[in-house]
Amino acid sequence: MKRADLILPLSKPKIGVQGITGSWRIRKPVINYGKCVGCGICWLYCPDSTIEIENAGSRFRVSIDYTYCKGCGICSSVCPVKAIDMVREV
Amino acid sequence: MVRLTLTGNHCVAYAAKLARVKVVSAYPITPQTTIVEKISELAETGGADMKVIKVESEHSALAAVYGAATAGLRAFTATSSHGLLYMYEIVWWVAQARIPMVMAIVTRTIGPPWNIWTDHHDIMSLRDSGWLIAMAENNQEVLDETVKLFKITEDPEVFLPGVIGLDAFILSHTVEPVEVPDQELVDSFLPERRQPYVIRAGEALIMGNIPSDLLANFKMREGVHRGLRNAEEVIERVDTEWGKLTGRYYGGLVECYRCEDADYLFVGAGAWVGDMRIAVDKLRNAGLRFGVLKIRYVRPFPYAKVLEAVRGRKGVLVFDRSISAGSAGPIFLDVTSHLYFSKLKVPVKNVVAGLAGFDVSYEDFSRIGEAFAKEVSESGWVDSSLVFYP
Repeated sequence: MKRADLILPLSKPKIGVQGITGSWRIRKPVINYGKCVGCGICWLYCPDSTIEIENAGSRFRVSIDYTYCKGCGICSSVCPVKAIDMVREV
Repeated sequence: MVRLTLTGNHCVAYAAKLARVKVVSAYPITPQTTIVEKISELAETGGADMKVIKVESEHSALAAVYGAATAGLRAFTATSSHGLLYMYEIVWWVAQARIPMVMAIVTRTIGPPWNIWTDHHDIMSLRDSGWLIAMAENNQEVLDETVKLFKITEDPEVFLPGVIGLDAFILSHTVEPVEVPDQELVDSFLPERRQPYVIRAGEALIMGNIPSDLLANFKMREGVHRGLRNAEEVIERVDTEWGKLTGRYYGGLVECYRCEDADYLFVGAGAWVGDMRIAVDKLRNAGLRFGVLKIRYVRPFPYAKVLEAVRGRKGVLVFDRSISAGSAGPIFLDVTSHLYFSKLKVPVKNVVAGLAGFDVSYEDFSRIGEAFAKEVSESGWVDSSLVFYP
């Protein structure tokens, strides 16, 4: 049997496989909960799944995992009520 | 078993149904279109339990069936010429992912100018990609080899996709009497689908992510090559088994016609091998002992079989219906490079013919064969390795 030749390009997802990517950040998204309407669009758009979401009545409550957030700013850009400010960190 | 009069394209469609293919996706292109038309008909009213997915391009067609195959289903598509070129990116993706599936290529000239007639440039563009490449001579072989390819590609020693090549119009649209095996026979022949992994909804698994280990990536490429080499034995085994079930054994990787005592050999692949057989009979009547070595599988290239067939001949004429522009015909390149490895010294000439669908008849093969025999017997060698005919 020659099945040993079968090396497959498979992998399984794992949190933090690329390291603590939060250290890449120069600007930090900060949610202004006074403005946030809980629509969840930022969660939907985050390319790195670093926005956490939970049900809060008829809306969502979102928060950001700064350990892995790279600070790309997409959440701030797509927020329909401009409730996410990008604050310079470095 | 029933005996039907079928075009090559309809043979492909019946083979897909007999193999119990579950998902088909394709985009129409002449001369492939009637394959998918027939498959759609079989799926709608012919009792085939399969889903036909409409897409906007060949790139999406192969991507769709590749997805279905990765999810664990037997999947099939068909295309020609520009359609194949359009799906070329996914062609490589399927093979390197080691996903078994089957595709039919109705071989057609690549433009410009627009041309629907047969030559082999389209299918030959697959030869480095990791797909098995089978070439059929007649419609019965189209049907049989399509069914067999499912078994061969799903063998754990292979786990690679495969194509069946059939010449545009000469096979695709020409009606021949064909024996269509019973479903029970094919069911007893084809086991449940096997594949190296299945991606399921709800189970996180990534195929093809950026590798952290380049040596592993290198070894994946080597594995594709080894899978194809393993396929040699599997093809022989599956053809033998099919022969026992149906009475039609094709010789595995190659088929020899009147080779035993031949001084000279024609080598070729595809429908025109039938014309070569007639030419061999005519040449033998004229006192020249020719034979035909039919290449049934271009990949894996059956070099051991070729060397065995070529050994001791006075001369070998390799006919290519395509050319690797700037070099020579691809079958010739494979034949001669393996001759070199084995230190066999036999005069081999490459005739590039039939490009753009330009017709080549048995009379042409006879004429070329006669001139070749004269050249070899007079000079003991061949003066030019590559000629275009006409």
